[in-house]
Amino acid sequence: MKTAKLLAATALVAVSGLSVSNAQADELTLCWAAWDPANALVELSKEFEAEYGHTMKFEFVPWPNFADRMLNELNSGGKLCDLLIGDSQWIGGGAENGHYVKLNDFFEKEGISMDDFAPATVYAYSTWPKGEPNYYALPAMGDANGWFYRKDWFEKPDIQAAFKEKHGRDLAPPKTQAELLEIAQFFQGREIDGQTRYGASIFTERGSEGITMGATSALYPFGFKYEMTPGKYDMEGAVNSPEAVAGLEFYKELYKTGTPPGYTDSYMEQSLDAFKSGQVAMAMNWFAFFPGLYADPDVGGDKIGFFVNPGQNREASTLGGQGISVVAYSDKQDAALDYIKWFAQPSVQKKWWDLGGYSCHVSVLNDPSFPDSAPFASDFLLAMDNVMDFWQEPAYAELLLAMQKRLHDYVVADQGTAQEALDKLIEDWTETFEDEGKL
Amino acid sequence: MADTPIDRVAKATPPTVAAKIRGLSDRTIAWLFVAPTIFLLLAVNIFPLIWTINLSFTNFRANRPTRDVEYVGLRNYERILTDGDIWLTMQATAHFLFWTIALQVLIGFTLAWLINRKFKGNDLWTTLIVLPMMLSPAVVGNFWTFLYQPQIGLFNYGVSFFTGIDPASFQMIGDVALAPWAIVIVDTWMWTPFVMLICLAGLRSIPDYIYEAAEIDRASKWRQFWTITVPMVLPFLMLAVLFRGIENFKMFDLVVQLTGGGPGSVTELTSINLKREAFEKWRTGYASAYAIILFVTVFGLASIYVKALNKVKER
Repeated sequence: MKTAKLLAATALVAVSGLSVSNAQADELTLCWAAWDPANALVELSKEFEAEYGHTMKFEFVPWPNFADRMLNELNSGGKLCDLLIGDSQWIGGGAENGHYVKLNDFFEKEGISMDDFAPATVYAYSTWPKGEPNYYALPAMGDANGWFYRKDWFEKPDIQAAFKEKHGRDLAPPKTQAELLEIAQFFQGREIDGQTRYGASIFTERGSEGITMGATSALYPFGFKYEMTPGKYDMEGAVNSPEAVAGLEFYKELYKTGTPPGYTDSYMEQSLDAFKSGQVAMAMNWFAFFPGLYADPDVGGDKIGFFVNPGQNREASTLGGQGISVVAYSDKQDAALDYIKWFAQPSVQKKWWDLGGYSCHVSVLNDPSFPDSAPFASDFLLAMDNVMDFWQEPAYAELLLAMQKRLHDYVVADQGTAQEALDKLIEDWTETFEDEGKL
Repeated sequence: MADTPIDRVAKATPPTVAAKIRGLSDRTIAWLFVAPTIFLLLAVNIFPLIWTINLSFTNFRANRPTRDVEYVGLRNYERILTDGDIWLTMQATAHFLFWTIALQVLIGFTLAWLINRKFKGNDLWTTLIVLPMMLSPAVVGNFWTFLYQPQIGLFNYGVSFFTGIDPASFQMIGDVALAPWAIVIVDTWMWTPFVMLICLAGLRSIPDYIYEAAEIDRASKWRQFWTITVPMVLPFLMLAVLFRGIENFKMFDLVVQLTGGGPGSVTELTSINLKREAFEKWRTGYASAYAIILFVTVFGLASIYVKALNKVKER
């Protein structure tokens, strides 16, 4: 009898175990952009697979096509992605159009507190309406636009002497936008090691978001704002303020007098190429690329230095980075939520930073050893303290394309003045907000 | 007499079916054959066209399926026709169309005329000349961006070699004045062989006896060219212009790869602009009105042109 009971119990356990593992072992697809941190995430996710039994598939799309591809996927209610690390500006559309699962109840049930993540990242990557405690993503990848430079060139005695003679100060990473321009112009066309070098590589790309992300890195420090009163859409006097006009004129001057010829449609890849091929002394790009650059055998290590986007009238950096969301059309939402729960753990966040991802968790960022953990870590903290982001409205794509056009027309195509470009931008945005019923 | 195959089929057909078929008129049978095609045409062409016309009077956005759709009357059409930026894209398209067709006709006809003169290596040259049109537009766009690169591009070095201008001093795809010509050059490089092939077909269709008769009448080569060659090739040439015109009006891939519509918007052709409105900004109603305006324009121009072509052929 005992044996029979034992057998029955064993069979029951085996059957129930089988059914549990069948229910849990899902294949999850995580969608993101194809770039360095994505490779780190693949590595990191192996621990999730081992711990939860789910298998992970990844759909990485190159940046220039990322928004097009993923927004089309969401708009068509596609089931390709169970998890999406979507750009910060998509949060409004993701929430209002029902693409993302609202995570408040899940966070509460699992004890995940948004207080454990840097406030700027929670505000930018997770909430809609902005600042309201409605969460549609977990901050996944903190990022901002920063700068790197050829430290070995900056340290050359002859170059230092020439710079001091011209500007009366030591050549060092710039503290203001004006200093940045001076340094870029100083290196422009200069012969170093027998080759002609140029000042800086900046973003000028027309098709997706490049020139907006680049130009706002100058506009924000000069004083550009989107609205006079947050949430009122009163753009007159903010978007086209004298400070904003000065910022845009500055960016054009930097483009015209401090960048290599031919960089009229340049974004992340072109910026990296210009730096790695030794064409430029400085380059702007997202912090996400900095670990890879530092490890580069040709231009990394002792040859490279990093600095936060210089201030002018105020300190400010253009926000990058993304939150991770569960796609509402996924049939595997439970497994996707398992991933979010696992990813939110402090130990996983620590490993994420170690592998080259930018954690937004305060346990990582507030660790006393964090600023010295990488040559760009302290600059990352500085940047994240002063980040500003583009509109995160549901109509963000329309707003972004209008800005792309106006900026490229003025900066690269030499059409009109900075004042006219920003005035026209207000007209475009007003039309969009009127269509949206917000004005 | 043995049964023919048709008789055998008729006998094998069950009486009711045979009776039914026998009861159908020729007209009905013709309709039965044509019906699937008409159905496909309605489903794939006519219905979307009517739906697009309907959408063009609304504020519908395909990325907001849950939002209320409002009829806005002619507002989309009014916005498009009074938008200065759209007129600039129309101008960019007109510039691109005019110059690509003009250059392709001129160079294509000249090449065809030269190839038509029998010489050694004639076939090899023909093969080499038609190579560019066999490439993918995306590939062509990509490698021409390298050729146009001011620091390492072969095009700039070529210009520098012949003119002495510093190769880094001009940017074919970054300069507002040069970029519209940069896309014209690439399209001409790629599609002139197509025009050449059509012209070659036209030239080879002219019977030799016409030239022989002209020789007997002591017509000069110049006179033969203008009174025999050109009139007889003209229908072919006009057909080539029609094909290239329609193709270049909807040009997208090559220019997107080359310039992305920039610098600024100087090479933003209507097709690129329309794609941005429809699938990046998701202003579906507005983009539908835009598409209808372009459709009417192309349809109107093509109809006039085809009438002219028919008149030339009748001569």
